[in-house]
Amino acid sequence: MSEPVATAHAVNVRGYLSVFATLLVLTLVTVGVASLDLTEGMTVLVAVSIATFKAGLVALFFMHLKGEKPMVFWSLGLTGVLLVTLFAFVLWTEGDHLLGTKVGDAFGTAPAQTEPVSPKPQGGGGH
Amino acid sequence: MFFRHLFSTDHKVIGLLYGFTSLFFLLVGFVLVVIMRWQLAYPGRTPWIAPEMYNGLGALHGTIMVFLGVVPLAVGAFGNYVVPLQIGAPDMAFPRINLASYWFYAVGGIIMLASFFAPGGAPMSGWTSYPPLANFAPSGQTFWLFGMLCLIFSSLLGALNFITTIIQLRAPGLTWFRLPFFVWAQFITAFLLLLAFPALQAAAVLQGMDRIAGTSFFLPSGLVVSGERVGVAGDGNVLLWQHLFWFLGHPEVYVLVLPAMGIIAEVITTNIRKPLWGYRLMVYALFVLGFLSFIVWAHHMFLTGMGTTISAFFQATTMIISIPSVIILSALILALYGGSIRFNTPMLFALAFMPMFGLGGLTGLPLGLAATDIPLHDTNYVVGHFHYLVAPGTIFALFAGIYHWFPKITGRFMNETLGKIHFAGSLVAMNLIFFPMLIQGLTGVNRRLWDGGASYQFAEPVLFLNTTMSHAAFLLGFFQLFFIVNLFVSLRSGRTATANPWEATTLEWATPTPPIPHGNFAQPPRAYRDPYEYSVPGARTDFLPQNVADERAGT
Amino acid sequence: MDALPYTTTARPDTGLTSPKLGIWLFLASEVMLFGSLFSAYVLLRTGAPFWPDQSETLNVPLAALNTVILISSSVTMVLAWAAAAAGNLSRYRLFMGLTLLGGALFLVVKAIEYSDKFSHGLYPSTNNFLAIYFTMTGLHAIHVIAGMVVNAYLLGVTRMWREDHLRFTNRVEIAGIYWHFVDVVWIFLFPVLYLL
Repeated sequence: MSEPVATAHAVNVRGYLSVFATLLVLTLVTVGVASLDLTEGMTVLVAVSIATFKAGLVALFFMHLKGEKPMVFWSLGLTGVLLVTLFAFVLWTEGDHLLGTKVGDAFGTAPAQTEPVSPKPQGGGGH
Repeated sequence: MFFRHLFSTDHKVIGLLYGFTSLFFLLVGFVLVVIMRWQLAYPGRTPWIAPEMYNGLGALHGTIMVFLGVVPLAVGAFGNYVVPLQIGAPDMAFPRINLASYWFYAVGGIIMLASFFAPGGAPMSGWTSYPPLANFAPSGQTFWLFGMLCLIFSSLLGALNFITTIIQLRAPGLTWFRLPFFVWAQFITAFLLLLAFPALQAAAVLQGMDRIAGTSFFLPSGLVVSGERVGVAGDGNVLLWQHLFWFLGHPEVYVLVLPAMGIIAEVITTNIRKPLWGYRLMVYALFVLGFLSFIVWAHHMFLTGMGTTISAFFQATTMIISIPSVIILSALILALYGGSIRFNTPMLFALAFMPMFGLGGLTGLPLGLAATDIPLHDTNYVVGHFHYLVAPGTIFALFAGIYHWFPKITGRFMNETLGKIHFAGSLVAMNLIFFPMLIQGLTGVNRRLWDGGASYQFAEPVLFLNTTMSHAAFLLGFFQLFFIVNLFVSLRSGRTATANPWEATTLEWATPTPPIPHGNFAQPPRAYRDPYEYSVPGARTDFLPQNVADERAGT
Repeated sequence: MDALPYTTTARPDTGLTSPKLGIWLFLASEVMLFGSLFSAYVLLRTGAPFWPDQSETLNVPLAALNTVILISSSVTMVLAWAAAAAGNLSRYRLFMGLTLLGGALFLVVKAIEYSDKFSHGLYPSTNNFLAIYFTMTGLHAIHVIAGMVVNAYLLGVTRMWREDHLRFTNRVEIAGIYWHFVDVVWIFLFPVLYLL
């Protein structure tokens, strides 16, 4: 009926299927790793890394981000930077409250009148 | 005929729909605040204004003015009408998404207005809707959340449309650095809307869950309200709302400001017959401004007791962000030097914008530093500060834009005499309203008091200013009548205008007046030169439109 | 009106069609939306004195099954686009139908999970973990439904297939990009809500 269409992205069915297989394997790996007795930090690191890798595969191949034009990368890059900003500053600001760690004081900017550092975390920071 | 316009996909019709709807909402927001000022001038003598109602008026005044009035007028109306014309495009990139954006806006507006009639009354937790107060507010707050979600969705659709249009539909020859400054301003604004609004979207969903599904995202454990322990799971974080709200809220401030600067740049260059001073510098300043506006938000939260280092960080970024604003404002002022200035109504508004906006910016500096912000927080000083930015700042720019582009849109000029009365009256009245707020605030008068501070002894010496401000507000309303009359009378019987009545250079003046429905230009235009080539030596006229190829040809 | 340039052909200097750019910008805002919710999750969890064991509370096998379903529907979506690009209508219908089926199955499994929680007296109001679980997966489910509406439209209305085949194929690609994004969100939701 219709003529085949020349599209911007090459159709590679075999490639899509191998990405699919990789995604399935990685899903099994995530579930498997979570059931191991790793430390909490390790579990988080592994799970988030695998998820990021899977998301990257979907974006690069299924969403054709591989070989996409600079304008799309600029927009997504800006989004990524702002997302990191949101995470970083919300957690930094509230980390002071929640953990009592006073993250910033590690940089040696603590006011002089603070009490000697106690090993127990103290609630609340700042004023 | 009328209904056909309501569902037109032509960007000009949608722009006008946005324009009339947002002017209507500006009027509603103004009426609300006039009622508030009545109460403040004569506390106790207006028994029909209960404290709860006063809170509702305050919350909706803020919400309506920002989200339903100023931003839709600056972005939805001016952006929609002018941007495609200035870039020489036949329409927006997605005409139907454009229409959908308008209708989400309209529905959001209707929901906001409907909240007045919600059981328990209007939302009364301020335009910022801070929990835990907002969690326990009557059902009007739920309306606010749903209305907000509609408005956010509308903004997102609009923003992606603007960005795509500006990137994809520029006329041949119209390179990035030949874009008029107004287009640049709208471009950056659209990115702010696109990437900042989702944070409030998320926050509104969370607050909606708190109110409807009984979750406790924003409620700490052991919260006691009116002497009773609240029966929720707890462990929530009230400050989470403030972070998400201000992650939108601060870029939103620049959404209010940047299009205004864009309009001012257009009006000024047209009326000084000189190129814009430091055009590229201004564009770079816009980029810096846009980016920095995402990392200053916690200066709204100095009172939450954040750590000293993070507080210092946000103070530093807040001070730094004033630099690009100052660059833009200075460039606009420097542009006047050596110009041959036409003092018509749009130019008068533009000239007044600069000192007024400057005053608003300068009064903001003490609020950006924690040491001075802590005593000034939540006083009338803050209200005076941001109203200087938005009212004689942005709204003056919007008036300038209306007077400036009215001849293009309708084919008729607005009346100059009425316009000048409108200008002078508004300028005086606005200063009489907002300057006393700074004084009251420095005395320590809180911004949300139903009796205007009458119950505090320290407020005694500045209480008389409440009456002054209220009378000035009534006066401001009176002078707006000149504008409303002017708008409708000029529509019918104004002096007729040619295609390029101001002898301007940008591409919107290359269309017929009014521009052709669905397509704008008689022939697709091509740009040959920079946006503001006024008084070019050797040219026959004192302006060279962007679409003119030959320097000596003039028009 | 359809004379707007660059709806089907790429603008030379950007190399993009307008719809392609538009969908990516929309997804940029979606990234910020879900990103904000993820930041809320992290903040609530770090601030909580007690956080339930997520994998004990929720049903990991069902969620893993759902992950497989959604990934499969992603691959059928991209195959549907490939079939459309090749001009093979019956193959396009097969794969698009499978994609819709995948979305529907995902929602069915999700509904089973939800009703199981409700029947055990676990509601959004029970604790903050369940609150954020229901909010995020609920919002994700709304995105799935929206994607299914678009896909169903593209499956049912194929007049454009005959009249403007290139534009139709592009639409399938755009719908696909959105659908894969929904998949990507789930790829993050699954470990974060169920496994960690």
